[in-house]
Amino acid sequence: MIFSIDISALQNITYIFSSILFISGIKMLGKESTAVKGNLLSAIAMLVAVGVTCIGIINPLILFAGVLMGAIVGSLIALKVKMTSIPEMVALFNGFGGLATFLIAWSEFNNQPESIFQSSLIMITLAIGGITFTGSIVAYGKLSERLKIAKTSIITKIFTTIFYISISFLLYSIFITPFLAPSFEFFIVLLVLVLLGGIGFVLPIGGGDMPVVISLLNSFSGIAAAFAGLILLNNVLIVAGSLVGASGLILTIIMAKAMNRSINNILFVGYASSKSKSNIEEQGEVNPISVSDAYLILENASSVLIVPGYGMAVAQAQHSVRELGELLEENGTDVKYGIHPVAGRMPGHMNVLLAEANVSYDILAEPEDVNPSMDAVDVALVIGANDVVNPSATEEPGSPIYGMPIIEAHNAKTVFVLKRSMSSGFAGVQNPLFFKTNTRMLFGDAKESISGLVSEFKD
Amino acid sequence: MEIYILLGFVLILSIYLGLELISKVPSTLHTPLMSGANAISGIALVGALVLSQDTELQTILAFLAVFFASINVFGGYLVTNRMLKMFKKK
Repeated sequence: MIFSIDISALQNITYIFSSILFISGIKMLGKESTAVKGNLLSAIAMLVAVGVTCIGIINPLILFAGVLMGAIVGSLIALKVKMTSIPEMVALFNGFGGLATFLIAWSEFNNQPESIFQSSLIMITLAIGGITFTGSIVAYGKLSERLKIAKTSIITKIFTTIFYISISFLLYSIFITPFLAPSFEFFIVLLVLVLLGGIGFVLPIGGGDMPVVISLLNSFSGIAAAFAGLILLNNVLIVAGSLVGASGLILTIIMAKAMNRSINNILFVGYASSKSKSNIEEQGEVNPISVSDAYLILENASSVLIVPGYGMAVAQAQHSVRELGELLEENGTDVKYGIHPVAGRMPGHMNVLLAEANVSYDILAEPEDVNPSMDAVDVALVIGANDVVNPSATEEPGSPIYGMPIIEAHNAKTVFVLKRSMSSGFAGVQNPLFFKTNTRMLFGDAKESISGLVSEFKD
Repeated sequence: MEIYILLGFVLILSIYLGLELISKVPSTLHTPLMSGANAISGIALVGALVLSQDTELQTILAFLAVFFASINVFGGYLVTNRMLKMFKKK
């Protein structure tokens, strides 16, 4: 009979096709000109894979209800969310992906694993999925500023300890599995531990290190899906999961390099303990400037480099910044944006904010593009950035951030620093840029200062 | 055991392929890439759909896994698309 093709063979052939689409999709997602198509392609790959899986599933009514409800909830969140809350949304979706693999592993354990190897796989998947889930939820809380627990607080310490316990327990369970089949109670202990451990994994990581942790959790959610694929012997899960794992890993490495720190240092040590005794207090005087004086200098500038940081995101100043940039351009000034990879709270945070404010992406430049020509820049406008423009990174070998690639704003003819107060940046390092003779401090809320400049230009 | 070696092979090759494909990504695309990759990790939905449902607990787990994976898939792709549409060149 021609129609009696084995369903499982049909599914596996379709999975190969779908894997090819995923691979092309993620490749295209890495280039500006093809990114939209790449995303569409990977969505089609998903549709094909899910569609063919739906042939002959058990309890289709219940499962389709789940898909439908998930689709409604997911679409509503995605379409309603403000572009400025993108970082926490990505973290939240990532957490749900982790939760799904966690639930898959849980369900498979109830299936009586056939081999020792399989039950080890189930426990590893459970751990990665669980840590991704609760870790992402904590990241969501931190990014949306709903969760404010200090790194030094006792709660953080308790959860961090649980994280280490959960990892030890996982290793222990994998080790003893060959000798004694893991009981249900044993499994439940692991289940609870990894969920609490995920909280302890992210809780001690500070705001400025969030880009690294978000990328890493992103990678975890992929690895978890790939491991679920090993449990279920499903190729497309392995391929798609690995691609996500790899892309998350690349972002993690890019972020760590941009901070000149090892991933280990970011996750488990933090700045506080790596700080050396280099707090030389030869700071000197700062030179404040008023909005109207700043306007006069900007009006005569022929090239301006805008360097945004997390402060711009906090002040929601991106629209005013774009307006100022356009007015400067109308005035005949060459305007560029210098974007540091770790400015903000997630990879590419500044790019998304500026894109939302309608800034064309071809004037957004990376540090290595703007640094060589910095001495030709008349005004470097530093908006709420601190560590990423700290000259200690190039000038002061004892500094904790020494060696970090920065945007060398201090080499511009004049530097305007828009800042609320004289507090130090996330790294807790004093910034000598503020005391340089070519630096002028424009104190106050970034949005108000920029709006002030905009109205000066309009008058 | 043989099947695991074969699948492990697929796993290693795919990770390597992924690393090669995305090694040079412009910083403008860091967020969309992360969000797009995140949507792909919703492939767990395929795994959730084929879970066995011998007990009531398993049916509940399967339903929840399908639900959360679907949020990840639909939310992830839509948010990525919305974000990418914002990136404009003059």
